[in-house]
Amino acid sequence: MLSYTLRRLAFAVPTVLVISLIVFLMLDMAPGDPTASLPLTIPLEVREQIRISLGLGEPVLVRYFKWLQMTLVTEPLHVLAGLTGWDIAPDGPRILSWQTRSPVGDIIVQRVPQTLWVVGLGYLFGILIAVPIGVISAYRQYSWFDQVGTFVSMVGFSVPTFFTGVVFILVFSVWLGWLPSMYDTTHVVRDWSSFVFQVKQIAMPVAVLALFNASQISRFMRASMLDNLNQDYVRTARAKGLGEQTVVLLHVLRNSMIPVVTVIAIGIPTVFTGAIITEQIFRVNGLGDALIRAIYVSDWPMVQTITFIFAILIVLFNLIADVLYGILDPRIRYD
Amino acid sequence: MPGNGQAVLRVQDLKTVFATRAGDIHAVNSVSFSLQPGELLGVVGESGSGKSVTMMSLIGLLPMPPAQVRAGEGHFGGNDLLKLGRKDLQALRGRDIGFVFQDPMTSLNPVFTVGFQIMEPLRKHMGMDKARARQRAAELLQLVGIPDAERRLKDFPHQFSGGMRQRVMIAIALACDPKVLIADEPTTALDVTIQAQILELVKELRQKLGMAIIWITHDLGVIAGIADRVMVMYGGQVVEYGPVREIFANPAHPYTRALMTTVPSVRGARAEKLNVIEGQPPMLSQHPTACPFRARCPQAFGRCSRENPARYTVAQGHDTACFWDHETGGERHV
Repeated sequence: MLSYTLRRLAFAVPTVLVISLIVFLMLDMAPGDPTASLPLTIPLEVREQIRISLGLGEPVLVRYFKWLQMTLVTEPLHVLAGLTGWDIAPDGPRILSWQTRSPVGDIIVQRVPQTLWVVGLGYLFGILIAVPIGVISAYRQYSWFDQVGTFVSMVGFSVPTFFTGVVFILVFSVWLGWLPSMYDTTHVVRDWSSFVFQVKQIAMPVAVLALFNASQISRFMRASMLDNLNQDYVRTARAKGLGEQTVVLLHVLRNSMIPVVTVIAIGIPTVFTGAIITEQIFRVNGLGDALIRAIYVSDWPMVQTITFIFAILIVLFNLIADVLYGILDPRIRYD
Repeated sequence: MPGNGQAVLRVQDLKTVFATRAGDIHAVNSVSFSLQPGELLGVVGESGSGKSVTMMSLIGLLPMPPAQVRAGEGHFGGNDLLKLGRKDLQALRGRDIGFVFQDPMTSLNPVFTVGFQIMEPLRKHMGMDKARARQRAAELLQLVGIPDAERRLKDFPHQFSGGMRQRVMIAIALACDPKVLIADEPTTALDVTIQAQILELVKELRQKLGMAIIWITHDLGVIAGIADRVMVMYGGQVVEYGPVREIFANPAHPYTRALMTTVPSVRGARAEKLNVIEGQPPMLSQHPTACPFRARCPQAFGRCSRENPARYTVAQGHDTACFWDHETGGERHV
């Protein structure tokens, strides 16, 4: 297992490098000018000098390798130094965001907590809701619980979050006035009342994402349980005189979780990428919001770096899913 | 070996119906039989004759719905199995009645170790602690002939061959010293050499432990080798019931005789084609009012399509459900 994991990790390195090249070149070739958002009164020569000062005068390959070196070494070390206080930050230039002039790494560090809280909680609640619903739906197949659950998950899965989000705002903020429609990042939890406010402002984005994720995962869970409920080993477990709870929640669930856990693991990168829209609706200034804003103003270093981070996460969690599969299913031995 | 004492299991008039969208399927129709302590009852019949469903109905292992046990009694140790509550039945399964199923490749849970799966009934029914259960599980594996039992407890089912897995299934079934072992085609999925080994093992275990066994199969050869009594089923009914020698020497029902002719002979010239019983077994959409075998029966006559034959005694402990008397070559006057 360990050697398999190491082999897969080694194989992931060229994959990530190829992705980085594609991400860099695609954005480099894209139309759009970092100086386009500057006032029109700036003369053309000055614009050209601005471009050169941004490093755009160098050949594309030189810029790629410089960017790669800064993304993989300089920025992470700076971020680590900032988090731990160790003196490991290297000298030399950092990747600067063209719009804000501050290092990309610092912006990302500011943005990640909001995304993790809001979107991560949405995913977590989604899983917590989905697993029991899937189990009960499958165990009581075609009961009213199953019918309602299947209908709701079909709706939840097919209606996009930008629609449910707006409906939620309309109902809970505009009509009922219970919840704030915008997420205030500067809010600090100090005491009970500020905690209540935090819960209120995080409730809607989390609910929207939880509904969407739960719809998806509960369908997987249900299908996987149904696959297993009719297996011969379930009859054996009953023939041994085990209670229904043990049969379903130990024997069947343990088998059904194998594909579901890997689906959940593969879905974790979408916590970051898929939330771009939800973050926009509720004005959560997370990572997705940073990406969208950077795209608006052709802030290529920012876009390149965030996209590349997403790519690394996807490769990494695919690897984790494969390893989990091997851990959960004793029949699979990679070595 | 059959004892003359009280039967361990006595089934009376069992009726099981599957309520499907297309209508009811009468899978078991008024089945009655008894099982003496220590005897091995062979249940024979082709696929769909209701052999397995009969036994599964008794201990509530059929999926309900669609299955419904509509009538009958199943006396076992002072209880009626068909009237017991879910919890009581659960307590009985695996403790007093053990099961071995057809396909050992899929009958064990792939994600738990063999040791865990043997220990489960021990801990649940016998209240053993972990250490004690592990010790007993190792003894059981040894009993069913798995070498290096102690170490193999930690192995997963996929690390065993088919025959070995069936031995594990037998170990699980025997874990709590059951009074009755129900084996549902336990050798069908195995190749012949392994089949012979399993049969030997069961014979040996029977001698050691003395439980009664119900052996469901469609292989007459297996029955001839191990059974004390035979119950032949067709269309969800018992068509012939009697001691094994009697059945093989004087088969009374045309279906039993037809089954005997389908067994290829090892002596003499090889037949060009295997013998078959022409036609299909019936799917009963209602309780039978005529003999279910009449369409395939060479002896069928008028009465067979008007009336469903009851079980008539033909010799001591031997009965058959047929209007045709094979002895006299004419109609039975009942």
